[in-house]
Amino acid sequence: MAPMNEPNRMKAAPIAEAAPAPRPAPAVPASTTPAAPAAEVETRGAAILIESLLREGVSTIFGYPGGAILHVYDELARARDRITHVLVRHEQGAVHAAEGYARSTGQVGVVLVTSGPGATNCVTGLTNALMDSTPIVCITGQVPTHLIGNDAFQEADVVGITRPCTKYNYLVKDVRDLARVVKEAFFLARTGRPGPVVIDLPKDVTAAKTRFVYPETVSLPSYRAAGRGDPRLVRRAVGMMVAAERPVLYVGGGIVNAGAAAELLELSERLNLPVTPTLMGLGGFPSAHPLCLGMLGMHGTYAANMGVTHADLLIALGSRFDDRVTGRLKDFAPDAQVIHVDVDPSSINKNRAVEVGIVGDARLVLRQMLDCLDREVRLEGPPPRVTWWGTLRAWAAQHPYRYRRRRGVIMPQAVIEELHRLTRGEAIVTADVGQHQMWVAQYYGFKRPRQWLNSGGLGTMGYGFPAAIGAAKAHPDRTVVCVTGDGSFQMCIQEMATAVQEKVNVKVVVINNNYLGMVRQWQELFYSRTYSEVGLEWLPDFVRLAEAYHATGLRASKPEELRPVLEKGLSAPGLVVMDMIVSQEESVYPMVPAGASLREMVLDPPDDPSEEPEPRDLA
Amino acid sequence: MSGSGGGRHILSILVENRFGELCRVVGLFSGRGYNIDSLCVAPTADPAFSRIILTTGGSDAIMEQILKQVGKLVRVLEVVDLNEVQHVEREMVLLIVSTRTPAERQEVLNLAGVFRAKVIDISTDAITVETTGSQEKVDALLGLLSPLGIRDLVRTGPVAIPRIGAAREAPGAAASLVVPEAESAV
Ligand SMILES: Cc1ncc(C[n+]2csc(CCOP(=O)(O)OP(=O)(O)O)c2C)c(N)n1
Ligand SMILES: [Mg+2]
Repeated sequence: MAPMNEPNRMKAAPIAEAAPAPRPAPAVPASTTPAAPAAEVETRGAAILIESLLREGVSTIFGYPGGAILHVYDELARARDRITHVLVRHEQGAVHAAEGYARSTGQVGVVLVTSGPGATNCVTGLTNALMDSTPIVCITGQVPTHLIGNDAFQEADVVGITRPCTKYNYLVKDVRDLARVVKEAFFLARTGRPGPVVIDLPKDVTAAKTRFVYPETVSLPSYRAAGRGDPRLVRRAVGMMVAAERPVLYVGGGIVNAGAAAELLELSERLNLPVTPTLMGLGGFPSAHPLCLGMLGMHGTYAANMGVTHADLLIALGSRFDDRVTGRLKDFAPDAQVIHVDVDPSSINKNRAVEVGIVGDARLVLRQMLDCLDREVRLEGPPPRVTWWGTLRAWAAQHPYRYRRRRGVIMPQAVIEELHRLTRGEAIVTADVGQHQMWVAQYYGFKRPRQWLNSGGLGTMGYGFPAAIGAAKAHPDRTVVCVTGDGSFQMCIQEMATAVQEKVNVKVVVINNNYLGMVRQWQELFYSRTYSEVGLEWLPDFVRLAEAYHATGLRASKPEELRPVLEKGLSAPGLVVMDMIVSQEESVYPMVPAGASLREMVLDPPDDPSEEPEPRDLA
Repeated sequence: MSGSGGGRHILSILVENRFGELCRVVGLFSGRGYNIDSLCVAPTADPAFSRIILTTGGSDAIMEQILKQVGKLVRVLEVVDLNEVQHVEREMVLLIVSTRTPAERQEVLNLAGVFRAKVIDISTDAITVETTGSQEKVDALLGLLSPLGIRDLVRTGPVAIPRIGAAREAPGAAASLVVPEAESAV
């Protein structure tokens, strides 16, 4: 292998990346310095950054200060009336909060942190955002340019560390590049397949001054974000959809990202196409719609998994054949021709060879398909597909999601069903990672896009609570519920202070099974019940902990307490933590064992209700 | 994509000549478990761009992924699988061969002559030879010299360029990456 030192460095660098002209830091903050003649007013980097963020329409930043980013925080203090800064308690929380903000609004989430540990604490969140295609711009302070490479205090090679976990990243070495870089970063974050972009900003660059001009356009000659699909392929796809006897639409998070829910609904109704969303696609199609088969994959519905297994045509929209969806790949949709629409060309043919691969924005391609139906196909009405629908309906009736109630204990699934009833399915719901996440996916019944926020690709415990804070900042008038686990909640539990300080309306529902439940479930099923380090013997008292953070804490341990506690908690103002003591060894079903095919799904737990331990005494 | 499975592929990657971009290309290979067998990088006639010539291998499916993943990089303007294009290819090798006897020395000089290799350094017990050619030619020369004892060897790995007129008409790899309509910059 060649050494990693870029030969590039030896070449004449293009102007944009030229070595920074050293500029002394101003003794007085730039914006208060008496102005030089108008045409030559120079602005310091920190102020350029804030102004640029404002030009991008940023109104909220999630961050945490420190030495290398002090100039920016100083400038932020002056912009308080125009930009809200949410002070998190850990930088991981800042990124997840920005993700929650971004996913619930469709806008770019913005993070501001200091160098070294501030930046490295962001890595989990950035990776999460990359996997779930969430638009984030993360600005990290850096040591002054002359100290870079020196092992200086709080120096970390942030560009190196974040290269594989960002869509793109920048080190700004010259204040004259700053405005352009911000412009490009926002453009890259939100276009094409969205993702996180890091701007590493040395302290001297934030102090250096230049004339501020915000660019009107970006020039990225090598970058292409897909727009409309190839019309010939679209026409072919439509023909196949009309002709198919057993079609299924398999829709992922791309539908939500592209804002394509309305077009998806129209297409499915006009062609009478069954729809199955992935975990990330939930809400992209209304769960209660008669064409909806429910979620696909490992913990998906019988109807969806059987439907895909027997389909003769699979239309994948903004989904990527993830292993948690497909099970054993060679048995996934074995009889189907596949049409795959994705904004990312590398998603097509990655895991599954397809018959028609359309690179494009899901909304634009769906519009093209609808236009093609109007102009070229002109159907009398939706194709009836009576036999297919008969089979699908029978599967759905035979094996709906279901669970056994146990006397005297709250069933976790019942918590989610009750939550759905009390919020009328209208809440923004975030989840952490584990069994509770799957139960929300199965039982909440999402109606709309951007209502469901979870960590699908990376499976990051700790995502849910800060994401709820971010969503609540963006939607102060809506109910935001975080369903979390007794394990996951503790991964970012410090953000209770943030939530209380920000007075956000976040209602935390802790599905407290006293276990790292999902891991316990795998140990039960695949390691003959050898429980290794999954019991959370020492849990904090979540009610008193909430109170210690000046929030409201409530607990339900018996089935009859469930509804009153939820009612009270959902209507109480501010941060509320509801500790739901649930059946401890409940498992998530149905389940496709890892590596098995979808048709091998296990529908119900084995018949052995004797194992239920006594409910704990948590008085 | 056409082309047979397995096999060596020479990729020609045109990347904006900026700090850190080579790292992104190389990191993509290591991060996704693809191999790089050789790598050459230098600026193009337009110093704003660099050309990376890289050899790698894999099934058709893996090659398609490699091409798409590299093509997706923000600063990569173009990636072409030269296996899909008529091209010429050269590799340069510098090697030091032991020559313990005058007879051995003469043998090296003869072989160098046959292969049109250059002798660029010589001492009482060794000769430094420079040769340029296709990988097959280089391998053949090495095969003949190795019984004498190769003390040291440096290979550049292949560099390659499409035959005149061949590049733009190339089907397959490059064509499959074309995105029909790009979103215009705002
Ligand atoms: C940061 C992180 N570490 C480890 C895991 C592996 N993991 C997946 S689910 C899970 C258990 C989660 O426990 P809890 O939050 O109590 O949820 P439950 O499954 O009990 O509902 C663990 C440890 C993970 N997903 N994320
Ligand atoms: Mg748990």
